[in-house]
Amino acid sequence: MNADIRPIRTPAEQALIAELDQLPSVNDRLGDLRLAAARSFEENGLPHRRVEEWKYTDLRTLMRDAVPVAGTAAVAEADARAKLLREVEARRIVVANGAVVPELSDFSALEEGLTLRSLADVIASGDDVAARIGGIVPGRYDAALALNTALAKDGVVLEVAPGAHIERPIHVVHVFAGSAPAASFARSLVVVGEGATLTYVESFEGPAGIAYQVNSATEFYVGDETHLDVVRLQEESASAIHLSTLLFEVGRRTQLHTFTFAMGAAVARTSLYATLSGEDSHIAFNGATLLKDRQHSDSTLFVDHKVPGCESRELFKTVLDDQSRGVFQGKIVVRQAAQKTDGRMMSRALVLGDDAEMDNKPELEIFADDVQCGHGATCGAIDDELLFYLRARGIPLKEAQSLLVQAFVGEAIETVEHDGLREALIACAEGWLKARA
Amino acid sequence: MAMLEIDNLHAKIEGEEGREILKGLTLSVNPGEVHAIMGPNGSGKSTLSYILAGKEDYEVTDGSVTFEGEDLLEMEIDERAAKGLFLAFQYPIEVPGVATMTFLRSALNAQRKKRGEEEISTPDFLRLIRERAGGLGISQDMLKRGVNVGFSGGEKKRAEILQMAVLQPKLCILDETDSGLDIDALKVVSEGVNALRSPDRAMIVITHYQRLLNHIVPDVVHVMNKGRIVRSGGKELALELEANGYAEYQQDAA
Ligand SMILES: Nc1ncnc2c1ncn2[C@@H]1O[C@H](COP(=O)(O)OP(=O)(O)OP(=O)(O)O)[C@@H](O)[C@H]1O
Ligand SMILES: [Mg+2]
Repeated sequence: MNADIRPIRTPAEQALIAELDQLPSVNDRLGDLRLAAARSFEENGLPHRRVEEWKYTDLRTLMRDAVPVAGTAAVAEADARAKLLREVEARRIVVANGAVVPELSDFSALEEGLTLRSLADVIASGDDVAARIGGIVPGRYDAALALNTALAKDGVVLEVAPGAHIERPIHVVHVFAGSAPAASFARSLVVVGEGATLTYVESFEGPAGIAYQVNSATEFYVGDETHLDVVRLQEESASAIHLSTLLFEVGRRTQLHTFTFAMGAAVARTSLYATLSGEDSHIAFNGATLLKDRQHSDSTLFVDHKVPGCESRELFKTVLDDQSRGVFQGKIVVRQAAQKTDGRMMSRALVLGDDAEMDNKPELEIFADDVQCGHGATCGAIDDELLFYLRARGIPLKEAQSLLVQAFVGEAIETVEHDGLREALIACAEGWLKARA
Repeated sequence: MAMLEIDNLHAKIEGEEGREILKGLTLSVNPGEVHAIMGPNGSGKSTLSYILAGKEDYEVTDGSVTFEGEDLLEMEIDERAAKGLFLAFQYPIEVPGVATMTFLRSALNAQRKKRGEEEISTPDFLRLIRERAGGLGISQDMLKRGVNVGFSGGEKKRAEILQMAVLQPKLCILDETDSGLDIDALKVVSEGVNALRSPDRAMIVITHYQRLLNHIVPDVVHVMNKGRIVRSGGKELALELEANGYAEYQQDAA
């Protein structure tokens, strides 16, 4: 590109590129991957509204300010800040400012068939599994993922051996600690062997009032005949920016259920990419988003049916209060070979605030002829008839609204299979509604 | 003092062009009394009940409604309920995702709170529900479901009476609670209603059928037509209407 027609870089872009320029050139696969990601970012910069997939989340505008890369978190502070889902009985691994904190993580007495390490350790030891990082490619350039690939140094690497049933959920607790804005990057890898089962939980949180930035990416290799539940709770501070990418490569006859719950951050974007490359799998990508004030939250989904006979279900519920803005983009692609695909996607938004806004963009791209696919999107206020009925029984307006909102998001949360997690998420929604009342 | 005093009530559908539906309705109900209101379709019976409950689709253009000495029309919807007004809906709606138990408990506690009473304890609440639901033939399974979700027409009506029995209102307005009920259910529901009759409670029973009034015997029967009470009498008036229909009133008004 000619130097004098280069676009003007925002402070954030300049800072990121400066950071990328310092990447050591290591002559191995991972080193090459990082450099390639860095180069593509340098070429494209932060995505803006003229980039179709980021049309409603103009990251260049929303993320103007430069922040340095976060340093190591103080253990005591990270521990104190890591509060989410503590009541759920799970194996906790704490990732603070993008690095695994061994002192706060439970790597002991691992169940048979479970291998759990930090990414930094895996890379240092030269283990083969590291080669799977960057192995799932979303099929389109994603700036958030490119930055993650280039800059993330640590995260969790979890492997479940074929046939192992890991009963106790594994909870990766992402926390930001520190008193100044900084950016953290974490990269994780989950490999579920044939016939194995796992419940994997990710949560995100950080201190109020600090404009930190989190960029997380997790790759899931979901083997044949597995049962994988992924539950994610994003409750970043209301000043934070949260970018995350979930990538799935799905084998045959699997049961894959994800539930992504987003309540936090000033600006959040979660992209979920799934490639269904094994027949007869059943997947469900569900989620709920609760927004208030000026929060902006984007859930973007891309499900690629490559083989016949898979069923995919997506149900996303968004509640928007005040001047918040919600985005749902869901795309289901059914390749020519993917006959007998059954795909159904639904996004429902409940608008509480007069100045709130929801952008729904469901898309189907079908190349096979014998399929059943459907999508729908709704957006509306609370039903006046329902409100009247509740109030006519003596329930005050705010409480009646709360009950109805709870019922609305409840339909999505109910799909979480694990009892403890489901109850904890219901409690989160209740807490959100209480704070509103 | 009358419990409910409606004086020359005029109301129209909300909005500029709104049609007038109530055209000078006057009605006075004392504690302990049961009033029946009968009248042709579209005469404004449900509209009257909605306006009493506080539905916002209507605009009162003239007249007044006093409930236990206070201006009812000034009160919020939930405030009216807490003061003891209850409307059993002609068409109870389904509330998916809000379990009947949660709903009843929220309603009861909200009313108690507004009246400055303590919240009901869990065991007391469960006992109360078990006691009242059993008599009305409402199963535990129905109580766990969303309010009215998947209930048959008759089950919805019974559920309304359960709500009434739990909330123990002072003024019960029953809008065609008998329609859609089979013969046995009519008996069950009537018994439920009669169990609530007391010297300090009043009822307004809106119905098309004299049959209900054999079970719930009214003190006064009113004929409503075109937004007004056009005649009032004793319970024999219902028999007369059953025999002759409304022709004579409709001619009068025409
Ligand atoms: N929200 C509304 N919008 C438009 N018209 C209305 C509305 N509510 C009532 N009406 C009209 O007002 C009139 C009275 O209706 P209402 O439901 O009160 O009659 P009713 O006496 O209860 O009849 P029924 O015996 O059939 O139940 C009808 O003509 C009805 O169409
Ligand atoms: Mg009616």
